Amino acid sequence: MFVRLVYESFRRQKRRKLLAGVAVMLGVCVATAMIAVATDIGDKINRELRAIGANLVVTPQEDTLDVEIGGVNLKPPSDGAYLNEAHLPKIKGMFWRNNIVGFAPMLPVSVNLAGANTTLLGTYFAKHIQFGKQNFVTGVQTTHPWWKVQGEWPDDGSQSILLGERLAARIARHPGDQVEIAGQGHAISGILSTGGVEDDQIVAPLSLAQDVIGKPGAVRRIYVSALTKPEDAFARRDPASLRGPEYDRWYCSPYPQSIAYQLQEAIPHSHAEQIRQVAQNEGTVLSRIKGLMLLITVAALLASALAVSAAMATAIFERRREIGLMKALGAGDFPVSALFFAEATLLALISGLVGFLGGALLARQIGRSIFASQITIEPVLLPIILAIAIGVTFAGSTLAIRRAVKFDPVYALRGEA
Amino acid sequence: MNFELAKQRRSAAPHRSMFLRMLIRAAVLRRGRAAAALLAMVVAAGVTTAILNLYVDTQTKLREQFRNYGANIVVVAREGQTFSPDALRIVNSTIADGSLAVPFGYVVARTPDGRSIVVSGTDFDKVRKLDNWWSVTAWPQKKAEALVGSRAAKLVTPQGKVFDLSFQGRTIHLAPAGMLKTGAAEDNRVYLSLSDFESWTGLQPSTIEIAVSGSAQEVNGTIRNLQRASPDAEVRPVRQIVEGEARVLGKMRSTLLASAVLIILTAALCLLATLTGWVFDRRRDFAIMKALGASAALINGFFAAEAAALGAVGSVLGFALGVGAATWIGRANFHAPVAPRLSVFPVILAGSILVALLAAIVPISLLQRFQPANILRGE
Repeated sequence: MFVRLVYESFRRQKRRKLLAGVAVMLGVCVATAMIAVATDIGDKINRELRAIGANLVVTPQEDTLDVEIGGVNLKPPSDGAYLNEAHLPKIKGMFWRNNIVGFAPMLPVSVNLAGANTTLLGTYFAKHIQFGKQNFVTGVQTTHPWWKVQGEWPDDGSQSILLGERLAARIARHPGDQVEIAGQGHAISGILSTGGVEDDQIVAPLSLAQDVIGKPGAVRRIYVSALTKPEDAFARRDPASLRGPEYDRWYCSPYPQSIAYQLQEAIPHSHAEQIRQVAQNEGTVLSRIKGLMLLITVAALLASALAVSAAMATAIFERRREIGLMKALGAGDFPVSALFFAEATLLALISGLVGFLGGALLARQIGRSIFASQITIEPVLLPIILAIAIGVTFAGSTLAIRRAVKFDPVYALRGEA
Repeated sequence: MNFELAKQRRSAAPHRSMFLRMLIRAAVLRRGRAAAALLAMVVAAGVTTAILNLYVDTQTKLREQFRNYGANIVVVAREGQTFSPDALRIVNSTIADGSLAVPFGYVVARTPDGRSIVVSGTDFDKVRKLDNWWSVTAWPQKKAEALVGSRAAKLVTPQGKVFDLSFQGRTIHLAPAGMLKTGAAEDNRVYLSLSDFESWTGLQPSTIEIAVSGSAQEVNGTIRNLQRASPDAEVRPVRQIVEGEARVLGKMRSTLLASAVLIILTAALCLLATLTGWVFDRRRDFAIMKALGASAALINGFFAAEAAALGAVGSVLGFALGVGAATWIGRANFHAPVAPRLSVFPVILAGSILVALLAAIVPISLLQRFQPANILRGE
């Protein structure tokens, strides 16, 4: 009888159920989409923030002081230590390899160009590297996305170079021209514009710079762009002072410090350090954005909860006559309330499910159109969302059901509500 | 006499007074239902206000966060030259209030054992504000105190003692006040106060780093103004900061907009559903009015007025609530309140009344089709 009552109620009162159902569905839909976006936004913005450049730098451990003003290094090229290029692919074998967005080795050397001393910077542009079974592409195009090239990026294996835009203007060269560096002719594949010191330099494939100083495999420093977690007091602890599980937790958190530590492990005789300008501010910007989205999500949840409650209350108010009839036929307060709660639960389940699917689609659409990448919905979210939907529907119905049950059936039936 | 006056007034405007009385009595007698509808209205208006306020304000607030990245414009003297003494004053008068310009002078000095090191003169009070990511153990306070980069320290003062540096035959004694760590080129340098630097080297600053807050257009405008004001220097944006900022802010704006549209739409639709139910529930009132001979126009007017009144009251309360919520979010997240925007209010008011009217039209036009007798009999 109970089941039949619920079934018939859904069958006969399609319009009312639909109205309340749509309200619940919309609420759940927005809640799902907002939760999905809010939980994923940290990761998405973290990736966007990589546009500001590398946040870690690896230098030789026993390096001499750089004597650098305005990007021009006055240190004699023979001076100082080097890292070995052969160790670079190991970066992709680290524990946090998936958090490494890219890296670029740098080797500045001094060359004579058109009678003036100029810095030639050897680096990777978009180099294919293999480590184990992994293939990946890395270089300045990933780590320095604000570098713009007019013409073509040179191939990493080629002898072509890029000329900084101010340097190119000074010596009046264009893409396609030839320049002579260290007794050899090189084609200019493009003009580089960075807004920084590289505008006065020559940027070339790493192997070319190594040939110029006659040190194959030499790298002066490596810029690493990694996805990190904002640092906290725990991150600043010295790994040497940590014991057992604490050390594991520190090592397995993507703090800038622990990634730097692992870089040092991967590359022998190296010193890795966070570039504080990038790494420190990243954390604050990220936590502000996450906080903002969280608070907006809470506001959205609150609004949809209230909207659902209001819709449920309205739906029950409309059914006083039914309640009056049931009570006149001898039903007690409890079975009547149970019936209505059962209906509310069913409604919440069905519309919650539809709303969740809608919300997932919506989140995906938002991810695709704004961040050009997928926003993943955790399946664990479904039971949580359904529980919230049922809870809210219950809360919205309780007051209305209690008042409706208390109402004298005579008045209700006479329509004097 | 008073009674006469009242009588006169009543006879002058019988309809209006009855109309008002019906509106007020409808709200008072059905407190529960009216309150539920009003609550829905207030919540919808409140959430909309909060999200509109936040949408406008958080973009400014996020932009301020990006100023922590330091300078977004650099002014550099022409190759190998330094600025004239009043260059900083010219720059300061060109940039807007709240912007920060910090001068830097650079030379290559020698340690007593003949090693080269870069020494920079700057204004410590300003650098502290501009580059707050600098990790400094202690800032120099007195004359002839230096801030030593962590890598430079190993060379010039491994034990933290007083050290000498020479430039073009002139020697300066410096006491290391603190150690500097940034992970970048600064670690290789020794920093002095600008007055020490100028009296020792006899040189003026050659670089001015500027942090200008504002939108991309405002920053570009400042760059143009600076180029005009100091033609002998090179003015360029720090592109990595400017572009990164634009990218993140652009994505954030889109996300906020999408959230705002979603939330406002839900609020409006749920409001519509609630109000429709509310008006539909009052079909007996409608039937009695019609049975007593009210014209269709009067009934429509009555329900429209009721809906408009609900919308107006709800939007005022909702606006207050929403401004409160936005302020709280601003304070909790950015540690600065979000300034309430009164310009949002007319939008909220018009929107609320529109939704309320829309919610009234559907059930009323539906009810117009029925005989009042059928409705009164409860069919």
